[in-house]
Amino acid sequence: MKFTLSWLKDHLETDASVEEITETLTDLGLEVEGVSNPADRLKEFTLGYVKHAEKHPDADKLRVCKVDTDEGEMQIICGAPNAREGITVVVCKPGMYVPGLDITIGVGKIRGVESFGMMASERELELSDEHDGIIELPSGEVGDRFVDWLAANDPSKVDPMIEIAITPNRPDALGVRGIARDLAARGLGTLKPLTVDPVEGGYESPIKVEIAEDTLDGCPLFTGRLIRGVKNGQSPKWLQDRLTAIGLRPISALVDITNYFTFDLNRPLHVFDAAKVAGNLRVHRAAGGETLVALDEKEYTLSAGQMVISDDNGAESIAGIMGGAETGCTDETVDVFLESAFWDHVQIATTGRALKINSDARYRFERGVDPEFTRDGLDLATRMILDLCGGEPSNVVVAGAVPDHSRAYKLNPERVQSLVGMEIPEAEQRQTLTRLGFRLEGNMAHVPSWRPDVLGEADLVEEVARIASLTKLQGKPLPRLTDGIPAPVMTPQQRRQQIARRTCASLGYNEIVSYTFIDQASAALFGGGDDATMLANPISSEMSHMRPALLPGLLQAAARNQARGFADMALFEVGPAFHGGEPGEQHNLISGLLVGRTGPKDVHGASRAVDTFDAKADIEAVLAAIGAPAKVQILRGAEPWWHPGRHGKICLGPKKVLGVFGELHPKVLSEMGIKGAAVAFTIWPDEVPMPRKSGASRGALVQSDLQAVERDFAFVVDDTVEALTLVNAAAGADKALIEDVRVFDEFIGGSLGEGKKSLAITARLQPTDKTLTEKDIEAVSDKIVAKVTKATGGTLRG
Amino acid sequence: MDDLKAKYLGQIADAADESALETIRVAAVGKKGEVALKMRELGKMTPEERQVAGPALNALKDEINSALAAKKAALADAALDARLRTEWLDVTLPSRPTRTGTLHPISQASEELTAIFAEMGFSVAEGPRIDTDWYNFDALNIPGHHPARAEMDTFYMHRAEGDNRPPHVLRTHTSPVQIRSMEKMGAPLRIICPGGVYRADYDQTHTPMFHQVEGLALDKNISMANLKWVLEEFVKSFFEVDEVELRFRASHFPFTEPSAEVDIRCSWKDGTLKIGEGDDWLEILGSGMVHPKVIAAGGIDPEVYQGFAFGIGIDRLAMLKYGIPDLRAFFDSDLRWLRHYGFQCLDVPTLHGGLSR
Repeated sequence: MKFTLSWLKDHLETDASVEEITETLTDLGLEVEGVSNPADRLKEFTLGYVKHAEKHPDADKLRVCKVDTDEGEMQIICGAPNAREGITVVVCKPGMYVPGLDITIGVGKIRGVESFGMMASERELELSDEHDGIIELPSGEVGDRFVDWLAANDPSKVDPMIEIAITPNRPDALGVRGIARDLAARGLGTLKPLTVDPVEGGYESPIKVEIAEDTLDGCPLFTGRLIRGVKNGQSPKWLQDRLTAIGLRPISALVDITNYFTFDLNRPLHVFDAAKVAGNLRVHRAAGGETLVALDEKEYTLSAGQMVISDDNGAESIAGIMGGAETGCTDETVDVFLESAFWDHVQIATTGRALKINSDARYRFERGVDPEFTRDGLDLATRMILDLCGGEPSNVVVAGAVPDHSRAYKLNPERVQSLVGMEIPEAEQRQTLTRLGFRLEGNMAHVPSWRPDVLGEADLVEEVARIASLTKLQGKPLPRLTDGIPAPVMTPQQRRQQIARRTCASLGYNEIVSYTFIDQASAALFGGGDDATMLANPISSEMSHMRPALLPGLLQAAARNQARGFADMALFEVGPAFHGGEPGEQHNLISGLLVGRTGPKDVHGASRAVDTFDAKADIEAVLAAIGAPAKVQILRGAEPWWHPGRHGKICLGPKKVLGVFGELHPKVLSEMGIKGAAVAFTIWPDEVPMPRKSGASRGALVQSDLQAVERDFAFVVDDTVEALTLVNAAAGADKALIEDVRVFDEFIGGSLGEGKKSLAITARLQPTDKTLTEKDIEAVSDKIVAKVTKATGGTLRG
Repeated sequence: MDDLKAKYLGQIADAADESALETIRVAAVGKKGEVALKMRELGKMTPEERQVAGPALNALKDEINSALAAKKAALADAALDARLRTEWLDVTLPSRPTRTGTLHPISQASEELTAIFAEMGFSVAEGPRIDTDWYNFDALNIPGHHPARAEMDTFYMHRAEGDNRPPHVLRTHTSPVQIRSMEKMGAPLRIICPGGVYRADYDQTHTPMFHQVEGLALDKNISMANLKWVLEEFVKSFFEVDEVELRFRASHFPFTEPSAEVDIRCSWKDGTLKIGEGDDWLEILGSGMVHPKVIAAGGIDPEVYQGFAFGIGIDRLAMLKYGIPDLRAFFDSDLRWLRHYGFQCLDVPTLHGGLSR
């Protein structure tokens, strides 16, 4: 919403400066977004008087002028044809910046004669494009500030323009008068009275108006009248200046008048060229399919139920949103039918959104205009049309009635104290509401018709506090809920995510946060991309589906980095993935991705391509950090985006999957544009069981003083036998004695022959009651060999 | 005997290596060595002679043994010194490379603000990213026709043919978690809810996903003055400054009443922001007293309970605190950016140790 200071002063009696006004507006909740004040660039210029002018000795077109200024007499050389003795001019003294020339004036010599500054034209001061001569003022004293002279004699030239943001609850501030009312309530001036003298009509309007029965809820009131014999044309300068200042293009007097009332009093109006209206006007609901070219010269097709104004020829105006081109006013318009109607905000919003029309009328009606002012707006506009265009008004045509908007809420003065925490005397509270137009009857505050947003006691508190200024609010400590040291506030799941993040970072991964929507093709590679997870209105096809997993986002990030010249990286993300489109159909994931080599090539030869066991080490570290049990199963058969033979599922039973690690499928990698090796892991943190124990106790440490013994075994088995099977078999040989079994060597093929491999393990035996004898050790060794042989079909390697 | 002593100590001192030393040991104190032979002669002596000669021989044997041990150690030291003189590394070579991981600034800032609000008794609540339009709008006093709905640039989820429910939305703010938390936990209530939110907007300063933290405090006597204190304390603690000045400006949000936008006093100098001083005001959050209709929508009696709510952009806080210029880069995953603006795994923000290093 834009307006100028002088426009504001039409409604507000005030001496406040532009700075005071803008600061106050922002504080009142009418946030100032910009101020442009022409006076700022003109404030240095003062008036001078040309006492004497004579031809330059060496130039025919130049004159040497003696000019009286506030700093005494100055000699100025001037080439303007109107530079002559006896005129009052605007002086630019040396050192001043001239905006229209973008230079700073200095002392100069022109053809051998010294010149101290210049006398300005309108263009040089950016007042207009006029540059035929210097400014010649009809009045003013030497030394007066030019801005003061303009303010007194041509105020629109120095009228500051203010732009404010209007929150959706304040339709009243979409008119300059509403803004003035807020400022007056704050005490920054007095609201000038607005008098509406009804204009008597001289005859019955030949155009009648009817509202269809089923449309009365959308258009409770329609007023209008014919004004015949008008002379349309350019509107007067003051009106054009106003509209131009707020960025509107003057069109014709009739149209400019409707725009003026839209912004002055938040009263949108419409003018029909009566000669083009066939028969009467009817406000009704579209049957659907009607087409209409609106004033923006676009064709719109109406849907069933949308409100429309029709004549005998059909639809002529999209009710409350935009008039039709067919019946629009032109410079040739002689008879005009003026409309001032009240439209339901919900229906205007719905239709406006459906037709995608953003007009000043829609903007106002969907926020809510003053229903009581419908008829007044018609009279004020009639008066202005008569003043500017002449003509004879008909009697007013009225259909429907002002809808009942009356309501009142109890003003509880203590509520301000209890809700806001400010102490405002009751008398001041009542005064504030009265100034805002509320009518107080005892404790009941009746809401003014222009404030559709006030719908409860809390709104009264808001108005009182807002006008008193929230700037004055003093902070007050919020007492603790409980005395003493606060208890921890994070849930175990939240803690797990935090620990997982920091563990991944400690393992050398960089955390990314990627968009939770990705393209359909990438989503489909990871089991997503179906309609359930699709956005109805994505901003691009790259962001069309909610991600089914974190890996596609990580791979895209890796591909982008590879394109920037980084071949090797470790990335991770912690966040939600989506398995459906309903609230709650999301699950938390932790995913890490290793791409390329373990590091740059180095002098120690440590760099190598990343492999599955890097991913396995990292997933184990993260799982351990978030409290997963150490004893797990490693199964195969995870989703198809993993390399079929080179991945493992870390499970507690076949259905309880804690995570997956391994190589990604080469096809997936090539489709995602990844170069080089890539391994990854994914953890479902919420699948990791919560520890059963309560309390922080670790339990007693059991230590044996007896010496532990380690024995190595090598078995030849089929190359499909998994190491974990062998280890588990060995460990199960004597659970009391065998503390740990580790694989320390794998050897495939060679002298063992095709399809065979050798696995070497170390078993650590920890006695608890007596030192082991050779015989004891031999007995356990035999058991281990027997168990392993039975479980794997292998043999002890000779 | 003195001759013996002088002879062997002299030989030991002159021994060139360990084998020479061994030869000397065998000759002197070995089983058949000169000292042992002398010992055997003790039996032939008178008791008086034996009393003198015995201890003297034993002393001689001890002396030779210690001289042997000392010489042996000295030879070993010399040998080690000689070896070490040959062992030299170019220690200016680089070490074995290790990767250094980082945390994203959003994670770090979220942990920081969680630490601060936990101190003030706020717990951390969560809610779904896809939500119903009831939770995202209606329950927050934003009915279907409300202009605020259109202004929010909402992302809608696809609706299958024949499913006539209103489409679900990607939550446009963390405020739906207010309603869900009220339903779940009742009053009194103090929660923050950090998390991702969505608006269909993408330009220099907007990304279609960003992060907010919602705050909600409900009790019987909470006022806007308490809100101001909480925010002052938060901002001071988060930006790690001693003093801040907040400016409350009246504004409007459908779900709070009265509503206020909050500005913080700051200065911009040479592209650097300083919080708590200067003549500029920077808008940092929106807040207000929870609208009675919203409290009722959460299943709590607004006649009994009242309170405040606020919403702050986490990404924006991180940008201001850590001097990160571009929001879009947060989601671009550029390694250089992650490494430069990221945080070390042990940079755990605490109130006792400090939030940042």
